[in-house]
Amino acid sequence: MVAVLLVLIPLVTGLAGFFFKSEGLAKGWALLSSLATLVVVLIGLGMARDSAALHFDCAWLPELGSRFSVALDGLSLILTLLTAIVFPLIFISTWRDKYSKPWNFYALMLLSQAGLLGVFVATDALLFYFFWELALIPVYFLASQWGGERRIQATFKFFVYTFVGSLLMLIGIIWIYSHTPDHSFSIKSFYAMHNKISGKDQTWIFWLMFLAFAIKMPIWPLHTWQPDAYEQAPTAVTMVLSAVMVKMGVFGLIRWLAPVVPVGFWAWGDTVSTCCIIGMIYASLVAIKQDDLKRLVAYSSIAHMGLMALAVFATDANGMQGVMIQMFNHGINILGMWIVVDLIERQFGTRKISELGGLASKAPGLAILLMIVALANIALPLTNGFVGEFLLFSGVFSSAATHYNVVFTCVALLSVILAAVYTLNMIGKVFFGNTNALTSRGVDIKFNEKVVLAAIVVIIVFVGVYPKPVLELTKETADFLLTSMNYKP
Amino acid sequence: MNSILLSAIWGIVMMFSGIFTKSKTAIRNTAVLGLALLVIVNYADMAGYHVEIDTHKMLFFDTFGLLGNAIAFVSTLLLVLLSGRDMEKIGNNLAEYFALIFFVLCGVAIVTTFNTLLMLFLGIEIISIPLYILTGSDKRNLKSNEAALKYFLMGSFSTGLMLLGIAFLYGASTTGTFFIDDIWNQRPQVAPVFMAGLLLLLVSMAFKVSAAPFHFWTPDVYDGAPTVFTSFMATIVKVSIFVGFIRLFDEAFGSAQQTWQIFVALIAAATLFVGNITAVFQQSVKRMLAYSSIAQAGFMLLALLALNGIAKEGIILYAAAYSLATIGIFAILIRMKDYTFEGFNGLARKQPVLAATCTIFLLSLAGIPLTGGFFAKYYMLTSVIASGHYLWLVVFAVLCAAVSVYYYFRVIQAMYFKDGEGTTEREPSSGFKGLLVVLAALVILLGVFPQALLSQLSHFIYTW
Repeated sequence: MVAVLLVLIPLVTGLAGFFFKSEGLAKGWALLSSLATLVVVLIGLGMARDSAALHFDCAWLPELGSRFSVALDGLSLILTLLTAIVFPLIFISTWRDKYSKPWNFYALMLLSQAGLLGVFVATDALLFYFFWELALIPVYFLASQWGGERRIQATFKFFVYTFVGSLLMLIGIIWIYSHTPDHSFSIKSFYAMHNKISGKDQTWIFWLMFLAFAIKMPIWPLHTWQPDAYEQAPTAVTMVLSAVMVKMGVFGLIRWLAPVVPVGFWAWGDTVSTCCIIGMIYASLVAIKQDDLKRLVAYSSIAHMGLMALAVFATDANGMQGVMIQMFNHGINILGMWIVVDLIERQFGTRKISELGGLASKAPGLAILLMIVALANIALPLTNGFVGEFLLFSGVFSSAATHYNVVFTCVALLSVILAAVYTLNMIGKVFFGNTNALTSRGVDIKFNEKVVLAAIVVIIVFVGVYPKPVLELTKETADFLLTSMNYKP
Repeated sequence: MNSILLSAIWGIVMMFSGIFTKSKTAIRNTAVLGLALLVIVNYADMAGYHVEIDTHKMLFFDTFGLLGNAIAFVSTLLLVLLSGRDMEKIGNNLAEYFALIFFVLCGVAIVTTFNTLLMLFLGIEIISIPLYILTGSDKRNLKSNEAALKYFLMGSFSTGLMLLGIAFLYGASTTGTFFIDDIWNQRPQVAPVFMAGLLLLLVSMAFKVSAAPFHFWTPDVYDGAPTVFTSFMATIVKVSIFVGFIRLFDEAFGSAQQTWQIFVALIAAATLFVGNITAVFQQSVKRMLAYSSIAQAGFMLLALLALNGIAKEGIILYAAAYSLATIGIFAILIRMKDYTFEGFNGLARKQPVLAATCTIFLLSLAGIPLTGGFFAKYYMLTSVIASGHYLWLVVFAVLCAAVSVYYYFRVIQAMYFKDGEGTTEREPSSGFKGLLVVLAALVILLGVFPQALLSQLSHFIYTW
């Protein structure tokens, strides 16, 4: 029941949200709904893993062999938790942003949340595909309606990219479905296919489905939609995109691809890993040269996602756990970065690093909180980023799936150094140095923003110092995954 | 049988109704009544209540054909309810227009249930001739005249080819028969004459459903014809000919599938490519919809290629989803002042209901989940994947579907994200809006619970 509620609450409140024709009411409604979702996730977290309440299954399309079946396991829980935390934080931190027709904005936000949560809990391939698209459509409307100057082109590029990917994935899903002995879309039938598909078929199914996930993450060279989309979307939507939506790609890889076509996964691992590390270095170098804060954070996100994909293909127990934890961490950290960007843009009307400077003297609270988020972003010990990246690197380094593990680790480590360069460089230029005419009028952050950033900092430090609960949550899933991929007896 | 009789009779009734009354409302209501009756008697036929006439097995009333009829009749009813008023603007011969529509429906009912090639030919002609007139019904409009002439010339040519093909098949059959289930007659190999006849029929049917490279008449005819009749041609006529197309190839040539599959695959690929790519460059929404109907025909051809149980289920679902969405868009288009994409700019602000429903129809045509169009496309893809061959065509079709997003979303972008004076000719009535909402709800219902249509369908089709 918990899993159903996770989808139902944002879906129903989102649909209802279209009819609140008042800004305050719509905002309050959205916040209330997202908090209710958070409570439900926390209840789910508190339950025993095998509790019946975490599963739900009923007939949906009996002729097609598709059922409405949802469930929460370790991986789903950590991602639903991320989604449920991110949305209220977005609503609170952008409380002062003004939108025309705000009720439509908030309703669409809730609908996209329903889609995202659905993706994470679905255990039926067709249902998964449905939610995959449901998450995309509201975001398309959100970004095209309320975005920046070039919003229509940028969002459309994003939409077409992901739509091509998801259609190719659909072919893969249908192919596997039509070869299951019981003609079923259920995840169990899909997993049972892992040793029944020939190597040749595994290859092209792998590529069909991988493209969808690679576009979503995005992995170089399919990343070109991302900086534009992030830049042009309204910040609240950018937060959804980068904190949660890109995780759909990694999630799909772990949940729907690796255990189903392990041979294809293994055979093409080195190719993909090479793309990942090229992307990491490339994105980091581009980020160093960026003058626009949004684009800088966008490129840093490409680099971080590349590392996660690299670790998935390393197929190592530590690495897998690292991926799951890092998905959560990256979502929280990048949300913090976007909030800061949003604050700066709202206050000074610019995102150009070259036009800013000396903010720390005017907004000390903001500077302190940002510093912690930035340190987490470059994975300093005692922050959550360290726990995740340490596991990721140890996974890649001790990977048995590739012969090039040392090369991959060394090159990937370079990107961590580069991350420190662009992050600290940005902080130095924006927050320290002399104030100029524009920034001398700056004021410190308001209460609601402080609350959100403080909450993010608490999560960062908590996971960084005491990662045990998160590690326990993901252990079972990682073990199961490696067993079904034949990497563990 | 019921619907063939009723549509023919009601066509004559409509013709004479023009003599007895000058009231346009009365004429329209008579037509609506006739269409409602058609839906009912067709349903009665499915339930087993029908007029007993010995057709000497020349017609065969199975569920597949009758469901095809049902979709055609319901769609026509919706079309007349939505756009009946706009028909009055075309000319003074309202009663005759309706009479012609009923005659077309009579042809439709024959084409979906034929059992001999003669009946197929008869049905196709009964559909085509009234359509030539309807295309040219806007007498004072040069484009309409041109369209009618073009359609007539090309149409008669393709009819000639069809006749030649039928003659070849008759000659090739061992017993000299027109019955489609006897033509093949378990022969060990394909005779050249048989193959020639088959290909001629393929070409002429491809012409009728505007598949590339026989599609050249479509954009001009669809653009020139009065928009109400374009909507009628692009939906009801096209999908019911498709039902006949599938029927013909399944019954007559199903056993020789290997020999002609490659031709259908090539036609499907060409249709998808031409339809989608050309639609991208259109400036007028009406012309874009003409090319989009070509592109959608390309998708429907996938069912002809696979020709299994899934394909037959799928074509019915596709017919329903495609007709509902296209009728809805055309109904909105007719009300627009300006048929270009710019004409739709800012429509969402002035007419939120029209814009919202139009968006749902467009999403359905693009095949986005939660709309009927998704399951329609899903079935087409599944049928080919299940047949195990031509996977390259599936990937190609999917890439073309992605291209189609470009032009469908252009309309959405214009309505929602661009500023402009997108206005309708006059304020649409609340009945019109209500009907659009019902139509949109149907599209979504098909996308969430397609069983409503499919459960009774699969029950019959697999026993067919």
